[in-house]
Amino acid sequence: MSAVRGPRARALRPRDRLRRVLTEAASAALAAGLLVWSLIPVYNMLLIALDPDEGDIEFEGLIWPPDPSLESFRAVLTQGYWLLEDFWRQFGNSVFIGVMTMLLTVLIGSLASFALGRMRLSRGWLFVNAPLLTYAVPASFLVIPFSKLMASYGLANSLWAIVAANVAFATPYAILILRQYAKLIPIELDEAAQVDGASPVQLYRRVYLPLMAPALAAVGTYALLLAWNEYLYQYVLLSSTRNMTVAVAIAQFFNSDEAPLNYMMAAAIIYALPPIVIFYALRRYIATGLTRGALKG
Amino acid sequence: MLDRPRRPARRPHLPGWDLAWAIAFVVPYTAVFVGFVLYPVAYGLWMARDPALYGELLANPLYVRSLVNTALYVGIGVNVKLFLALLLSGFFMRRRWWIKALLPVFILPWALPSIPAFVSFHWMLIGEEGLIDSLLAALFGVQGPLWFHDRRLALASNIVADIWKWLPFWTLTFYAGRTAIPQEIYEAAAVDGAGGFRRFAYVVFPLLGNLYLVCTLLSTLWTVGDFTTVSLVSEGAPAYSTDVLATLAIHYAFDAAQPALGIAAVTAALPALIPIALILMRALQTRDVQL
Repeated sequence: MSAVRGPRARALRPRDRLRRVLTEAASAALAAGLLVWSLIPVYNMLLIALDPDEGDIEFEGLIWPPDPSLESFRAVLTQGYWLLEDFWRQFGNSVFIGVMTMLLTVLIGSLASFALGRMRLSRGWLFVNAPLLTYAVPASFLVIPFSKLMASYGLANSLWAIVAANVAFATPYAILILRQYAKLIPIELDEAAQVDGASPVQLYRRVYLPLMAPALAAVGTYALLLAWNEYLYQYVLLSSTRNMTVAVAIAQFFNSDEAPLNYMMAAAIIYALPPIVIFYALRRYIATGLTRGALKG
Repeated sequence: MLDRPRRPARRPHLPGWDLAWAIAFVVPYTAVFVGFVLYPVAYGLWMARDPALYGELLANPLYVRSLVNTALYVGIGVNVKLFLALLLSGFFMRRRWWIKALLPVFILPWALPSIPAFVSFHWMLIGEEGLIDSLLAALFGVQGPLWFHDRRLALASNIVADIWKWLPFWTLTFYAGRTAIPQEIYEAAAVDGAGGFRRFAYVVFPLLGNLYLVCTLLSTLWTVGDFTTVSLVSEGAPAYSTDVLATLAIHYAFDAAQPALGIAAVTAALPALIPIALILMRALQTRDVQL
């Protein structure tokens, strides 16, 4: 480091003061722009959901609902429309897929990252990073043979098929993040525990998992969001209404011509709430998990 | 550079008993990988083994256009998204309370599920009844365009929706990367009189260069496989002219009941994707050499 602190570093000349004001003004403008950019599609959802009229696109040129009503939310919550008949069951299916994807990704990912990172199974990059090869195969390519094979696995029209696809796509990234974070934990801890007679399983449960908690929370949230974002596999693999998820039900609304848009948007908003709540509740862990471990420069 | 302790010496080889445990720990993942990735891929390649399929595809102008669309969607989308994310991560490093307060709102698109988000994008851009055109009319008195009646506008809508959804994720990743740069390096650069731009060009970018490469490659792979955005925002309109490989393949496989053709459509992209995945795996290994 060639740091020689000169006096010019601290002196504030008028030119610098003007520059500082301009920087602040530009920052404020950028912040306002980002606020609008982030919220416009969300506002649009509320605008459509709160419009009481059913039928076609009746929000002609409106930027504010003239007569806001919560009727559409009532219809969704009470399943009061034929496309919404199984809404709560479908919601349960989405929750099942999300939670199972999260748990299995954390479990399988942490086991694999422990073996690859802490037990030094192998040092070859081709082997250690092999899970990332999954991403060479686009999801839209894989889904076609996948849907054929699920029948022979006995998983046709089953929620477990979706969980399997989600876990297959979430774990490579999870292993990557967990291995990065694990580099922060001194290997001497493991060695000390081994000297005290800890078996690899005890090492994993008593040392690795507790110390990795922030990264596990980050990876779990990532898996949950991936499951909640996923649509293609659910659309292709789940055919019956009762096994459908909310994502597919909303898309069905979207593709049907006469279905009321306000009901669709109300369902979409209710569907969006759980991941948002969980995400903001765990935000602190995610921040530590990502900032202290993930993909460092 | 900074004087940092070298990596600890490698541990000696695993004793046989530990090796057995290590293998046992990787078994669940290996089972998932073989059962739900490797075997379906092999099966898919076997289904699309007939060379005539590829001739049929290349003779189809819709398919050739979808190749162009995919190149534009991925090429523009990924680069704009990551470059903006890199710049914005620097913005969020600023210590102002209102910038800190903005961050949770900015992250919202990532937490919002794709289906609601893209359905909303579709209706927002539906034409003069949509929110965007309504706002243009109310604020500036301009009549907005019919977004999905023009191929370029529809393609741009898809790209913008994709950027909107994934910008927060990559911004957070770069933000994490920046917090790993020791503060003294910034201070030293500031003392030496490096302004914002030069600090970015000579300090931040060289230090984050490899991370930027890794993220670009990862985002490219994920965006090529993206079906949801295009299938909901523009729905391929006008007249299938904005379809990408992913939507066209699903269309062939499930609407037209020609699964082999659908697989062949995406298989054509594999020669480009496998090298990208290999470079990604290699880049991840050289990364800790940087600092």
